[in-house]
Amino acid sequence: MDLHFGDSKPTDEERAAVDALLGPPESAWEGAGDRSDADLRWARGGRAARERRDELLPGLHALNDRVGWVSEGGLDYLCRRLMVPPAEGYGVATFYSMFAVRPRPATVVRVCTDLACGGGAELCGEVRARLGPAAGVAVEESPCLGLCERAPAALVVRAGVPARPAFEDELGGAGDQRQPRPPRQSGFSGRGGVGEKTYVTATLAPAAPDTLTQAALTPESAPAEPPAALAVPQAGQDGLVLLKRLGTVDPTSLDDYRAHGGYTALRTAFAIGPAAVIREVTDSGLVGRGGAAFPTGRKWQATASQPDHPHYLVCNADESEPGTFKDRVIMEGDPYALIEAMTIAGYATGAHLGYLYLRGEYPRALQRLEHAIAQARARGFLGDDVLGQGYAFDIEIRRGAGAYICGEETALFNSIEGYRGEPRSKPPFPVEKGLFGKPTAENNVETLVNVLPILTMGAPAYAAIGTEKSTGPKLFCVSGSVERPGIYELPFGATLRELLTLSGMPDNLRAVLLGGAAGGFVRPDELDIPLTFEGTREAGTTLGSGVVLALDDTVPLPRVLLRIAEFFRDESCGQCVPCRVGTVRQEEALHRIVERTGAEAAGDIALLREVGRTMRDASICGLGQTAWNAVESAIDRLGAYK
Amino acid sequence: MTAVPLGIPRRLVEFTLDGQNAGVPEGSTLLDACRAAGKDVPTLCEGDTLTPKNACRVCVVEVEGARTLAPACSRKAEPGMTVLTDTERTRHSRKVVLELLASSVDMSTTPKVAGWLKEYDAKPDRFGPDAARLNEEPKVDNDLYVRDYDKCILCYKCVDACGDQWQNTFAISVTGRGFDARIAVEHDGPLTDSACVYCGNCIEVCPTGALSFKSEFDMRAAGTWDEDKQTATTTVCAYCGVGCNLTLHVQDNDIVKVTSPHDNPVTHGNLCIKGRFGYQHVQNRD
Repeated sequence: MDLHFGDSKPTDEERAAVDALLGPPESAWEGAGDRSDADLRWARGGRAARERRDELLPGLHALNDRVGWVSEGGLDYLCRRLMVPPAEGYGVATFYSMFAVRPRPATVVRVCTDLACGGGAELCGEVRARLGPAAGVAVEESPCLGLCERAPAALVVRAGVPARPAFEDELGGAGDQRQPRPPRQSGFSGRGGVGEKTYVTATLAPAAPDTLTQAALTPESAPAEPPAALAVPQAGQDGLVLLKRLGTVDPTSLDDYRAHGGYTALRTAFAIGPAAVIREVTDSGLVGRGGAAFPTGRKWQATASQPDHPHYLVCNADESEPGTFKDRVIMEGDPYALIEAMTIAGYATGAHLGYLYLRGEYPRALQRLEHAIAQARARGFLGDDVLGQGYAFDIEIRRGAGAYICGEETALFNSIEGYRGEPRSKPPFPVEKGLFGKPTAENNVETLVNVLPILTMGAPAYAAIGTEKSTGPKLFCVSGSVERPGIYELPFGATLRELLTLSGMPDNLRAVLLGGAAGGFVRPDELDIPLTFEGTREAGTTLGSGVVLALDDTVPLPRVLLRIAEFFRDESCGQCVPCRVGTVRQEEALHRIVERTGAEAAGDIALLREVGRTMRDASICGLGQTAWNAVESAIDRLGAYK
Repeated sequence: MTAVPLGIPRRLVEFTLDGQNAGVPEGSTLLDACRAAGKDVPTLCEGDTLTPKNACRVCVVEVEGARTLAPACSRKAEPGMTVLTDTERTRHSRKVVLELLASSVDMSTTPKVAGWLKEYDAKPDRFGPDAARLNEEPKVDNDLYVRDYDKCILCYKCVDACGDQWQNTFAISVTGRGFDARIAVEHDGPLTDSACVYCGNCIEVCPTGALSFKSEFDMRAAGTWDEDKQTATTTVCAYCGVGCNLTLHVQDNDIVKVTSPHDNPVTHGNLCIKGRFGYQHVQNRD
């Protein structure tokens, strides 16, 4: 491979950003400024550098965090270091919405305009007007930021070395109680992109024009986020299984986690061995909580039994479904639970490395998990010899960069590997050929944390929760027109009415979006639907990722549908025709009928049906296959456009 | 004499294709099976010298028990499968996919598409006059070839041919995403600033004419391109000792473009800049 790199040179800052991640270049072949005698005699880089391609995404983050965008010189230098063709590097950089390849200000404000945040577009315009063009701040509309319980939400990111050291954020306290960040431990860097933070973030939710403008100008001074437990209205309540520690445990303390029952499940796992762990998980009836509802035990068994090695474990924490925020709350409020669960999953499936793919819009979850992983590693809960049991396991965090499609399991592999986050066609399935072409078990956050109660209470006791076919507790993300939005834990089988009653249902409920943008609408007279996989399927809808978005009759339905269509058009990866063009044609048709009903809309509705059927039948992955679900259900069940 | 590589013997996979028993060697795709059985399944992104990308989705077929349709070009035949290639469901998807494509790009120079549009009763106009499409002027930034994005269906064939499947130059990639995705060189600049080595293998595999020889592009613009008047003669390239086969396309005693036979075991249709473009001296009559 004889790669051609252009003449663009990185700035000193860009070079420093890349070198902080990858170490200094060893030779002129890798981009060192001065050529040594040795460089004239033998080539360096080559295969060894190419095998580091999975550092492309962390490298792009390093550039973006330091200078705010990815320049030609910076990208070419990164590509040279990793022996990635610049055209491919450019293709990857332009795939993610959080990166820019044209100059932009160091401060970017991302304002959520998605379903639960409704009025985000107005907020966006207001803040843009107040800041004016001179402020050097880019204000962008953003898809769901996963802060739906505190809508409207905004995220401020300022690139560059902060004027003063970044602060560990609160445990619910005010700004003056914050503690300076502890110095980073040596030996804890490199792969995974954990370096000294070179950027500042501020998360505002709820965001108002005043506070957001202030935060855009000085993100360091933004008020601290409220603790994660505030997103759990049931926090502290007896009988909770998945959320029992939320609000009572200190998410930054490993000791406190252990004092609250942490790491007993891992000890049980070591005591019974990997095969028995898989048996317990199979017997528990646990199925994946990401929406596909695949039996977890079967997935683990299939991965564990593959002769090809190494095996990988991937935790899908790229929660980007509009209206979903349960994984964020767990990661922020109980991060050690996820680390323990990943260790158990790795042990059961024979993996020694777990990747935690975290969506880029979750800075606090990133910070909590980085801290928790470092602590676990320092204390022997991760590393070469976990708990002295002779089992080696470690976790690497990968930050996503704004792409809903990367939540699709195979697109996620491509993203980690440093390719565009396009889904692969299946078969082969990940358990056979997954990450780096090796057997891989991929589970989302909620699925994994269910493994802890399975092991501590035993499969039969766990299976006794819920219904026969949908076992265990389930998390629901309730947002929209309710009094107490947040994460709720209920055993499978509770009805939609019970859930909405808990969260304070409005009197003028018009519809409920169940399962998120890829899910479907149900009517107020259908609230007795049991919240189980089989119950929702019978009712012709889906549980999806557990989104329950309530809309009262003041919410303009055609606008909501348009936003859903816009979301899918934005997030389509563009690989296959039905999705790439179909999502555009769907949005166009909805635009045409936004103010129309009855016979005037009939032609376009017929067109939508034909395109929707093809997207469902012929798209490569779930994004295209489900992009028409919500709109179809609004037409059929709610009588939109009648 | 052409050498025919035989390969290792492969077992036969038996399955049902449109109600008939079919047997194909292990590892064959459903499209291979359809072709062997004489069934006409439309394809666009599938290429005879490339690993199918299954991005265009016009070759979808119905596999019993599967929730969605399967791309025939890349789905391998499995024992006991029941496959239907010409049902209302497959015809519907093919029709709408053709409509979606033809409504967003210019397919006038794509072979066979006019026939398929008719066969599947596709009406690309029904998305209205405002249906989004690119409307971009062809990019002419060098003397050898032209990029016409209005005709690009993003089949990924040029990317694969330039990248790890043949040329290993990696000068082009897909950039952006969704409807804004496009094929581009690094930093979306001109070809002359890129890593391109002008082998023209991307033109060889382009199914729609989005990539074309400058000679063909100029003649089409002048209205003098006439395939009926062209003859194709396969000969051996004289530049070096590899012995690549060249197919010279000649119109009015002038070479108008050079391709290479895809079934040639040496080149598989690939050439270098000299073989593909270095023919002017042949017709220098001074």
